[in-house]
Parts: sequence; structure tokens; C-alpha cells
Amino acid sequence: MVNGFDLNAVEAGLQLRDAGADVEITVLSVGSDFIMDAMKKPLAMGADRLVLVDDSGLDRIDSAVTVKVLAAAIEKDGPFDLILGGRQASDWDQAHVMLGLAEILGLPLVSVVQKLELDGDSVALQRVIPDGYQVITAPVPSVLTITNELGEPRYPNLRGIMQASRKKPEIFSLADLGLSSDDLAPKLELKKLYVPESNRQVELIEGEDEADSGKKLALRLREEKLI
Amino acid sequence: MTSVLLVAERDDQGDISQSTLQAVTAARGLADVQVTAVITGDADGFASSLAVDKVVTISAVESGDVGIYDQVTADVAALISSTSPDVVILSKSDFGSIVGARVAFRVDAAFASDCIEISNADGSVTVTRPVYGGSALAEFGIASSPVIVTLRAGAFEPSSDTGSPEPEVQGFDSGVTAERLVTVTDTIAEVREGVRLEDADFVVSGGRGLGGPEPFSVLTDLANVLGGAVGASRAACDAGWIDHSHQVGLTGKSVSPDVYIAVGISGASQHMAGCSSSRAIVAINKDGDSNIFKEARFGVVGDWEKVLPSFFAAVRDLKA
Repeated sequence: MVNGFDLNAVEAGLQLRDAGADVEITVLSVGSDFIMDAMKKPLAMGADRLVLVDDSGLDRIDSAVTVKVLAAAIEKDGPFDLILGGRQASDWDQAHVMLGLAEILGLPLVSVVQKLELDGDSVALQRVIPDGYQVITAPVPSVLTITNELGEPRYPNLRGIMQASRKKPEIFSLADLGLSSDDLAPKLELKKLYVPESNRQVELIEGEDEADSGKKLALRLREEKLI
Repeated sequence: MTSVLLVAERDDQGDISQSTLQAVTAARGLADVQVTAVITGDADGFASSLAVDKVVTISAVESGDVGIYDQVTADVAALISSTSPDVVILSKSDFGSIVGARVAFRVDAAFASDCIEISNADGSVTVTRPVYGGSALAEFGIASSPVIVTLRAGAFEPSSDTGSPEPEVQGFDSGVTAERLVTVTDTIAEVREGVRLEDADFVVSGGRGLGGPEPFSVLTDLANVLGGAVGASRAACDAGWIDHSHQVGLTGKSVSPDVYIAVGISGASQHMAGCSSSRAIVAINKDGDSNIFKEARFGVVGDWEKVLPSFFAAVRDLKA
């Protein structure tokens, strides 16, 4: 399980266990200066292990490098039967971490999974498509991205929180994974980060009362030939 | 000279998609550019409508592909290795996002997804894309070529140029047969009424401010009168008021209608990421300070329960 912030993936692993599968759930994340309380939330939800690649060299890396580091950690700490992640990283909108992992690890990938069920050496999946879903059989191991249609991640209960507080994360450095700073050079160089000036000035429609405002709004849109 | 490989995409009818025509505009906007389009299946009939210098055909997407496009990925990666383009452009559709990312990691290239600008004005390629849910823009230079770029839908106008002179068409055989490891055993279609959200010219969208599922029937009536579709914020979908297939935003669908009517939506950046390329956003919200009014072109600050009925009645009269 990768990307510690992605609780949908954690929830997916826990649902496999709820369904009776004998699973060990490892949460893997890369970065530096982790805020341990936040990182332990998946453990409190019911995950078994927390593995962190914690290195000051990982302070500011792009997602392509993240993929390389995750792949190295998975190869070192694995093997795993399923590698689950969220549909999208929450900060830089990069949806391709899981695709990259599948490429580097040479594993099959199924994206936007809303339901999963282990069945021996394979996993039965529902993959969301625009007009419904596909029923898919994928081999184990596979890489899966989990979508929020799977259901709300559960809240940790008190027992879970207590257990999580006693667990210690297992920590790798880059050197442990056989990676050097050369491996972390980004292929994209950030040149500028800025807040776009919104050129949209809202025109607020005010009528005599709220109902009148609604009517005037419709007339204004017609005037602009928008409706 | 900048050489561009444009990975074309087909729509449901098998024609060149609108997003590919937008990508043609983006590619043609580069200085001193040579554009090659690569297309799955045969190019009969539409090579002449693509304003590119050359068209390369690869094997068709097989039916039963589970949306990971193993064969397309293998073929495009091989084509990149043999032709060494500077820039590879795809659309940020399902197809483009997946093929783009897989190819980038397979050939170990830079990958910039969801771009809204691409330029080579000062001699080297730069790309710009929204980050932090659209609240900021990041401009990147490319440290090594090639760069694989996916373009946000609606960021460029579709090209209306014809391929004149008609581009030369050439087949490409990668010699690779992708192994099929994942199988689709069934496809369940969910009943969908009316216009597809992604294609709608009008989208009427509701959020947390609606307070429950019932108001969505009013939004649906309004959408029907306008010939549009109903959208929703993640909050409304997660609350179970409407199905997730209506969700607009970062983890939902990206829409770019002529008019996006947001009712009871605060306009969090994650939501705006899915609708900010609409031509006009119209907001109805009782909180005048909410973010939606920063993005909207027209708005009413007021209680939707009072504003919407008269708005609906007036729209119905105008459309009658």
C-alpha cells in the first residue's frame, strides 16, 4: 500500500480482511520529516505495518522520482500480492504514480477499482467506466488504483489507536535501497510557481428579493446569449 | 526544429476525438515544428482532416482492452525509441493519461500531465500546469528530451485546419505483442438518461448547500429544459444524495460546458479543477464570500430555495 495519505487504499485492504482473507497490510510512504501521528492513521484503522523511506534527500522530489523510490522499497521489502494506491495524489494532482509503479515493477495494472475480492491466485475487480463498470479478473500480484466509490475510509476506533501508538515504523534510508542522489535528479525543472490572476470578475445579480434575483439572472444570461 | 509526436485518440464512433484536434492546435502553436500523428487502426478517411505533417498507424486497440492499453503502450514506446521526438503530446483523457504515463516510465522520459500551456518560444520547451487543485500554476522546463505531455481538455481550441497538403501515411510495426494478463469478463452498463456529463453544453451542478437528495430532481428538471446534464460536488456524492457518476472535480469528471450552473457549491479548488474550463460559471450560493464567486462570471447571493424556482421558471419561459 503506497501513498500514506490515501485512505481509500487502506480501506480496500481492510475490506479484503473483513471478507475473510488472511492479509497482512503494509503501508509504505516516502518523504522526510514525517508527522508520525498522521502517518499512523492507517495503523489505527487496522493496517499491520508502516514502512517509511525517510531521507532528507527526499525533501523535494517530483512524482517520477517518488515512483523510483517506491519501486525500490517494494522490491526490498516485498514481495507483495497486491499493491494498492489512491486514484490521485492529493497535493500535486499527479495520478500517474501507480501507473509508473506498474511499469517499473513489470506488473499488470487495473485503475479506478471500486470493488475487489481475492480468489486464490487472482483478484476479482470492478473497474469504473463512464457508463457503468467492468468486471475484471487480474492475477496476483497486480497494481490497483482504488477510487472513492469503494466507500468512506473507516474511522479508527480506540483499540486501533492504542495498538497503533505501540507500533514503530520500519524506516529505510536511500542508501538502504541502493539509491543515490543521482537517481533523484528530476526530469522536469520547476521554473515558476504562481497564483494565476483570475480575469473573471463576477457580476452579481440583485433583484428586489431573492426570487426576483433568480428571474433577473435568467434574463441576464439570455442577454449574453448563454441560454 | 522541434519534432512532435501526437498520439491521436478516437471517439466512440471511431472518428478523431475533439481532444486530439485540440492537441493539434497545441502542437501547431510551437515554433518551427514538425508534427507526426500516431493513430491506432487505419487512418482511412481522416488523414486529410488532420493538420499534421505525417500520420503513422499502429495496431488497433483490441476490444476487451481493460483500459490499460498494453499494445498501444508497447507500440508508442517503440515508435519513440525509433524516431526520438522532442515532445510527445496526448490528451488528458483516460486513454491519454494512461498511455502517456506508461510510455513515460517505459522509455524513462519526463512526464508532465494536465498541461494548459506548452511553448518553445525561447528555444527550449516549457510546459505549464495547474497544481494544488488549480489554485496555483507551475511552469516547468524540461531537463532531458523527450517529454511526454498530456493536455487538459478545453485548454486549446480544436483545430479546424485540414491536412493540406495531405499528410503522408505510414504503417509502423513495433514487432511487440503485449501479453494480456488482465481479462474483462463482463461489462455492466448503468442506465444513463440524457446527455453525457462530459459532452454537455449545459451542466447544472449541486453541492452540500442543497442539504439533501430531493433538490437534485429540481436540478434535473432544469438540466432537461436546457438540454444539459446534472453534476455534483464530491460532498453531495459522498453524502449519497446523487450517484458518484455525476461527480465533477479532481477525483470526478472534468467538464467544459458553455454554462456551468453551480447551486449550493462553495467552489473548493478540488471541485473547480473539474469545471474551471467552462465558458461561463453561474453561481447561486447564500455565502457571498465563498470561493465560487471568485471563479463565476454571474452570480446571485441568496438562498437557492428562493432563487432557483424563479430562475427555473424564467429559463423555461425563455426556452419555450
